[in-house]
Amino acid sequence: MGDATETFYGVIRRQGITRRSFLKFCSFTAASLGLGASSIAHALETKPRVPVIWLHGLECTCCSESFIRSAHPLIKDALLSMISLDYDHMIMAAAGHQAEAILEETRARYKGGYVLAVEGNPPLNEGGMFCIDGGKPFVEKLTSMAEESMAIVAWGTCASWGCVQAAKPNPTRAVPIDKLITNRPFIKVPGGPPIAEVMSGLVTFITTFGKLPKLDHQGRPSMFYSERIHDKCYRRSHFDAGQFVEEWDDTNARKGYCLYKLGCKGPTTYNACSALRWNGGVSFPIQSGHGCLGCSEDGFWDKGSFYDRLTTIKQFGIEQNADEIGMAAAGVVGLAVAAHAAVTAAKRLRHRPDRPAHKGKPS
Amino acid sequence: MAVQTPNGFNLDRSGKRIVSGGFLFGYIRFAHFSAGYVLSAGFLLRIYWALMGNAHAMQIFCVPLWRRCFWRELHHEIRRYSFLAVEPERGLGHNRLAQLAMFFMFTQTITFMVVTGFALYGQGAGTDSWQYKVFGWVFSLWPNSQDFHTWHHLGLWVIVMFALVHIYAVLWDDVVSRRSFPSIK
Ligand code: HEM
Ligand code: SF4
Repeated sequence: MGDATETFYGVIRRQGITRRSFLKFCSFTAASLGLGASSIAHALETKPRVPVIWLHGLECTCCSESFIRSAHPLIKDALLSMISLDYDHMIMAAAGHQAEAILEETRARYKGGYVLAVEGNPPLNEGGMFCIDGGKPFVEKLTSMAEESMAIVAWGTCASWGCVQAAKPNPTRAVPIDKLITNRPFIKVPGGPPIAEVMSGLVTFITTFGKLPKLDHQGRPSMFYSERIHDKCYRRSHFDAGQFVEEWDDTNARKGYCLYKLGCKGPTTYNACSALRWNGGVSFPIQSGHGCLGCSEDGFWDKGSFYDRLTTIKQFGIEQNADEIGMAAAGVVGLAVAAHAAVTAAKRLRHRPDRPAHKGKPS
Repeated sequence: MAVQTPNGFNLDRSGKRIVSGGFLFGYIRFAHFSAGYVLSAGFLLRIYWALMGNAHAMQIFCVPLWRRCFWRELHHEIRRYSFLAVEPERGLGHNRLAQLAMFFMFTQTITFMVVTGFALYGQGAGTDSWQYKVFGWVFSLWPNSQDFHTWHHLGLWVIVMFALVHIYAVLWDDVVSRRSFPSIK
């Protein structure tokens, strides 16, 4: 596709964009990333465009679908000018052997200089036979492209945590990318899918500065994943007031009260939905009246019902939550105590034991 | 005109609740967190006392599983609670069964509750808070903090069970042997 050694600035000037518009673009993007506009402008003027290889493993393409809806920066800018997207099943023109040849070429020509973006994950069982791509198991393509990459971007919950294909019992043994590749700079962008502006914002950052942004302990970019949905949720005042929706169709639902009691996972989910929202800031699940599912969190398919705050615990053979198990156990203990008391009373009715006069030293 | 009730709701003239300004759940959480702080401070004090206090003070932190006499006394205590023996084995301090329950159900659970409690608190206070810096490491064990809510919740039930057995055993021991705390006057 494009020539990766050009700069972003060179490309857009060639497309007839004025310097003034370029600087405007820089300040918009800088604002969304919390950076200075001049640093972005300088980088885009001087740094060669970074080649990006975008691989698709076991996935549903929701990450790509989200990405192409980015508004700030506009996806056309990100794709056509900022990066050199050399390989991506979904939007590349090449097909067949021609397409596969690009991988080899990029790997050889930009050794250690291209970004590997991965959507979906590899299944490992049966030698990776559950995901065949270009006639080979996807896992082989992934490991070979990862070896020479500058950094790996794990798009979405599939690549970051495993998502539905890795949910129990995980018959194909699908694994998140960082379980397979541990020796490259790695960034997780979880979400099913991640927010468009989060994706394009990160692409801008990585291609502009040639490095990964600040990451948290779990490898996620702090700029988008350091607060929970709950921390910025516009229904939070109802949570604090103790005003909850009790049923989906009650008056409280109509009044827009907090969805905690209907299992909202906002209090345990790190993502930017309640701050950036979706589709260019139009809405997000809670605004549409449904609790957060926690799609950007590890193992969110395996935590029981989407409509219950407590994880379902399956270790006891039956499916129960913490309260049901706790109450049953406390009940058993209570009965045991009562029975013990009854036996004691019965014994004492029959004969009174002597009072022990025993006093010793502790050992 | 609006008046505020003690639980934080604003009422209008006719006594109906005004939506804004309520803070009931906020106060409940505040009560929980303050109690959590008091509990943690008390527990730290208890640890200090275990180190500086007399021989009994260490009992709930250190169970001498490696000593033969511990197992003999434990066996005897189990027999006593099963009505097979009458005489209590030891004079002062917790009996061995009590010591075991205190260590596994009380000391361990409270430690767990304090650690997970402050980790959850840190999530609310923000990743730059001291609570998150000190206790946030727990999330590298289970990355999804929903698990911590669940286990923090289960911890409550362990403490409920402990309290049931504990209070019963104190009363029982008092009735049967007249040597527990209620009898010390
Ligand atoms: C015996 C000790 C404790 C008991 C029985 C207890 C009990 C509970 C229970 C039942 C919950 C609700 C869990 C859920 O389903 O989400 C909870 C939440 C919580 N607890 Fe504790 N707790 C204890 C100690 C602590 C301590 C020491 C702290 C530290 C300050 C703490 C901080 C929290 C926090 C931050 C939450 C989450 C509140 C929220 O999400 O709004 N807890 N606790
Ligand atoms: S709706 Fe969910 S995220 Fe919003 S305040 Fe309620 S529990 Fe928190």
